[in-house]
Amino acid sequence: MHGRPRKAPKPEDEAASAAKAQKLRALQTQFFSFHHDQIYTKEAVELSAKLLEINPESYTAWNYRKLAVEHYLSQSECGPDSVKSVLDDELRVVESALRQNFKSYGAWHHRKWVLSKGHSSINHELRLLDKFQKADSRNFHAWNYRRFVAELMNRSEQDELKYTEDMIYTNFSNYSAWHNRSVLLSALLEKKAEGFLLKENVLPEEYEFIHQAIFTDPDDQSGWFYNLWLLDQTVTTDSPLLVSTWPTCGSDVLIMGDGCQNGSFSPFTTLLSDSGSFPIILYFNQPVEGVNSSTVTIECGFDKNGYLHWEPLSVSNSQAAQVWVAHLKFPTPELDSSVEVRVGHSKGIISTRGFQYCHPSTFSFNVHVQPVERDSFQVSVAESILWREENFKIYRAQLEESIPIASFDQLCIKNGHESTASNWRTEALAKEIECFRELLSLMDCKIGKLTLARLLMAYDAMSIPFATKLVHSEEVLELYNDLMKLDPTHHRYYKDEHSFVLLQKMTSSKESLLQHCFQYKDSVSSVIGNPICLRLNNLSLSRIGAFEKLLWVQMLDLSHNELQSIEGLEAMQLLSCLGLGNNKLRSVTALEPLRKLKSLRVLDISYNQIGDHSIDTTRYLCSSPLSHSVGSELNKDETVISDASLVNYWEAFYMFKDLNLNQLDIVGNTIADEKFKSALVKIMPTLKRLDGKVLD
Amino acid sequence: MEDIPPYPPIDPTTFDLIVIGTGLPESIIAAAASTASKSVLHLDPKPFYGSHFSSLPLADLPSFLSTHSTSPSPPRPRSSEDSNEFSVLDLSTRPLYSSIDISVFSPDLLDQNSRKFNLDVAGPRAFFCADKSIELILNTGANQYMEFKSIDATFVGDNKGNLLNVPDSRAAIFKDKSLGLMEKNQLMRFFKLVQGHMAGEQDVKISDEDLQSPFVDFLNKMGLPPKIKSFILYAIAMADNDQEDTGVCRDLLKTKDGIDQLALYNASIGRFQNASGALLYPIYGQGELSQAFCRRAAVKGCIYVLRMPVTELLVDKDSGCYKGVRLASGQDIFSQKLILDPTFKVTLPSGLSPPPPLQAKLPFFSQKDDRGKIARGICITMTSLKPDMSNFLVVYPPRSLFPEQATSIRLLQIASSLAVCPPGMYVLYISALCNDDDQGKKLIHAVMNTLLTVPPINSESNAAVQSETAESGFAVQDENAESSSTGPSDPGEGKPTLLWSALYNQELTLGQVDFICSTPMPDGKLNHDDLIDAAIKLFKKIYPEDEFFPQTSSENPEDDGDGDGDDDVSLET
Repeated sequence: MHGRPRKAPKPEDEAASAAKAQKLRALQTQFFSFHHDQIYTKEAVELSAKLLEINPESYTAWNYRKLAVEHYLSQSECGPDSVKSVLDDELRVVESALRQNFKSYGAWHHRKWVLSKGHSSINHELRLLDKFQKADSRNFHAWNYRRFVAELMNRSEQDELKYTEDMIYTNFSNYSAWHNRSVLLSALLEKKAEGFLLKENVLPEEYEFIHQAIFTDPDDQSGWFYNLWLLDQTVTTDSPLLVSTWPTCGSDVLIMGDGCQNGSFSPFTTLLSDSGSFPIILYFNQPVEGVNSSTVTIECGFDKNGYLHWEPLSVSNSQAAQVWVAHLKFPTPELDSSVEVRVGHSKGIISTRGFQYCHPSTFSFNVHVQPVERDSFQVSVAESILWREENFKIYRAQLEESIPIASFDQLCIKNGHESTASNWRTEALAKEIECFRELLSLMDCKIGKLTLARLLMAYDAMSIPFATKLVHSEEVLELYNDLMKLDPTHHRYYKDEHSFVLLQKMTSSKESLLQHCFQYKDSVSSVIGNPICLRLNNLSLSRIGAFEKLLWVQMLDLSHNELQSIEGLEAMQLLSCLGLGNNKLRSVTALEPLRKLKSLRVLDISYNQIGDHSIDTTRYLCSSPLSHSVGSELNKDETVISDASLVNYWEAFYMFKDLNLNQLDIVGNTIADEKFKSALVKIMPTLKRLDGKVLD
Repeated sequence: MEDIPPYPPIDPTTFDLIVIGTGLPESIIAAAASTASKSVLHLDPKPFYGSHFSSLPLADLPSFLSTHSTSPSPPRPRSSEDSNEFSVLDLSTRPLYSSIDISVFSPDLLDQNSRKFNLDVAGPRAFFCADKSIELILNTGANQYMEFKSIDATFVGDNKGNLLNVPDSRAAIFKDKSLGLMEKNQLMRFFKLVQGHMAGEQDVKISDEDLQSPFVDFLNKMGLPPKIKSFILYAIAMADNDQEDTGVCRDLLKTKDGIDQLALYNASIGRFQNASGALLYPIYGQGELSQAFCRRAAVKGCIYVLRMPVTELLVDKDSGCYKGVRLASGQDIFSQKLILDPTFKVTLPSGLSPPPPLQAKLPFFSQKDDRGKIARGICITMTSLKPDMSNFLVVYPPRSLFPEQATSIRLLQIASSLAVCPPGMYVLYISALCNDDDQGKKLIHAVMNTLLTVPPINSESNAAVQSETAESGFAVQDENAESSSTGPSDPGEGKPTLLWSALYNQELTLGQVDFICSTPMPDGKLNHDDLIDAAIKLFKKIYPEDEFFPQTSSENPEDDGDGDGDDDVSLET
């Protein structure tokens, strides 16, 4: 069935197929007339059978037969025997159609339909399946149907699991069998069936099993896919975890107007707020739903009602998100208060896979609000932020200064009981790592390297959660470098992973993070309340990550990288200055995460590739005015969009209209002609500077 | 010769070819010549087909061996002197089997069932699903006279009686429980290398230098561990001699040949849908193969006369050229060509001198070629060596049983499902190449002692007692294996008990192409390919102009799928 070379048809074959087409056409014409006139006589039904025998793909004919059966069943007060014979006929027609083409969707579907009529000769079905699966063990139609039949007859998952094992022993190069195995095991684990109570008992055996396949033939991909599934099962904890917050636990947050530097406050926790509120950010390890004022409660001196509106930070507008934000208002201009946030003490936070958040955690921090000096604020707005090298100097941290990342550990101590339960996970990963190191010592194997890289990262992340060092990151980076050379076709993917690991590494310790922390200019009087700029420029990053450790960042320089996307950036709610110059952003829609950044004031997207490509394909993946989700938002701006000059830039309108930018640099993009720029000025009335020019 | 019935005269009396003996090479040549429209007379002095390749009832095997083990009686004085045209040369038999040792431990049981046995004289033998023999059987249509079943597995044995599964395919490597992950990887990579090489993939080509080097060196170069090397050399490439002992080894396998052998094995696995392993065995025994070709020949007009000894050879008085044969019936039959069974040698009747042209050739022809011997053993048991399996091959690589073991020993267990023995019994065929009778015996005994419980040897006088003990011995084992194994004093704990055995050494002779042609004896190989090559060579020699089984138009090579079905390789359920 597989690996047969295609042969050019011989002349006699062509003649035969022409004759077949002739016959088929004649049959079809007659069939359609029967169908149209709703004739369900014996002859008419037989004609459809003949048609299907030649062409099993004729959906109309299958539907006609369904109608004919319904017609027959409704019409006469037929006894069970005659019903049986009618349905038997259907099964026969399907069988002969399948003999013609065992991958006919219509035929398999029709068979399901017949069975759903309550006509059960299910043992017969299993026998038939055995035949088909023997003829082609990788026929996924048959596997699909098998699942259907197994469920219908309540065949135990254990029996089916045994069946996949047999099929795998016959030929382990069988995606369908491995896949079915993963489906069955998931079901058994979920049910907590006997012998499948604990993942830690089931998974090691599965690892043992899949190793046999992978080591026997590392070139066969099916085994690797199953291995990937196992790895996922090992790594993912069922219930979601809170991995990071802002403000961090135990921190002292200073919210202020510019110009006030208090020696006792670290710039890392100093925030300028012009809206009378500050964000609280919750960062989970997987998308969750149900974060609201009842699942997350707040206790503080100044907000007595404790109601907070939690907003999911997801680009896709879904109700599930990995990052949630709420804005806490501070009513008085001067304040000293502690805030306690209690997450998940009442049920309701649920992962998208349906698991409850079950590690209630609490974190508290102190807030100090200092009055804003309005005047200097106004003046500073006009000041321009220039991403020039000479404007930055390395930041010298004071001793004992609290760096936000250090306190992550405190958060996870509260999740301590999870770590003992996950010992087996660490052990399983360690075993896997050893195993694949051995394989790679024998041979060069791309997917082996990729798997090892994934394992090492998973191991680092698991063995010392949010710890100060990633033991294996150098090795992983080396592996991805190798892979980029070995497998140029997937260069982009490896590059993305490489970038991700690089960021993980740089953010893993205080020392390494401080190397990238700079002070903007000497003056502390700038638009930003926080003079620290995290500079991740010139690293040839193609993707960004490690957001959970970067929630505190207000000024970020990502220029001179190879970013094509800034997915995930929406988590950095404190960002006020963002440098994205000299990257590879290709479209306005690629900027979508920025829409969620309400405090963003300064944006540099100069020298990208926006507008290079006349067709922006991502435009169709992202929200558009035509999609319902944003349609309503746009309606109220109808008057604006009716402006003829904006019609051509609807995505720019959509992207920028909610941003409160003061300064934008967009020079060096194909799209940035005068017409576009004047449109931007209309869209963003707050804009003070565009490409360095002060606007009126 | 007293009971030979009166012979009917054969008509016609002149043929293109006379073939004497119905062994495999003779039968193939007879069939090929008949297919090439030659008139062929095929004779055999025995009342059955197959000669040294036959499968015999239990009672007939000892007598067959012993008739071929004695030196010929001195040539009888000829009453019929030379006619005017011909000189007469005597055809006498030569001893081909030696040191025959038949042990009966359970005579009653076996006597009753003697006819239910089909014991291969030249065992152990099997087919690779993709070997030349199977190709020939399919091409010639001989498959319509035969049925096959799959040999379930191949094992490598050690001196402790363990049988290790030979991971011979991707699925088998995956399934194997004894190989480590690294070993699995190494072995499969080696298989892939061979497959890639055979498929002509450029990047996996094995260099010519490597191809000419000894296979064992190549395996070492590939870094394969000893266990895997041994699997490949002896259980897959089926090497006979110790490949590691380069100083002594007589035929060191070259990489090229080793690779070819591996490729054959690989192509054999999965060739037929019903055959799980690489090997096939014919139902009713290997004797069926010769018979199938005889039938093929008969369909094409070959005349068969069994029970017809040939006593003399007629040669032209002046030229010394072959003219015909004189049958035991006294009839003279003439032909252009003659093919002779290796049983026969040509001698001069006493007191006569051969025609001058033959004086030089005759001694040479009658000389036995010294290629060593092959030790064979046939054992019958009531229990399988492996509880869950009936038909399988076991290989004992050199030095695996005792340090001086220079050649590998093969054992093939065949069960009653292949109609070679009564239900519930098993036939074990053992063979090993050897230099002399003592060495041969030692090799066969080593296997038997490792795997079987040999009841104490009794003198023939108390055969009855002996049979009783033997019978009760295996009865216990058969019905209640556990209880028998509880007896701590039982030395043969868990091992099948021997009911009957025949040990013998067979001479290895090559076919000869001279003024008359003679065919080879069964060789030491597991399959028949070398014998078929020899038959083709002989055919080409006598009929250089004719094609050996020309492909007929009706036999479409693309019909392979159908051919598979005709093969009837069906697995036991």
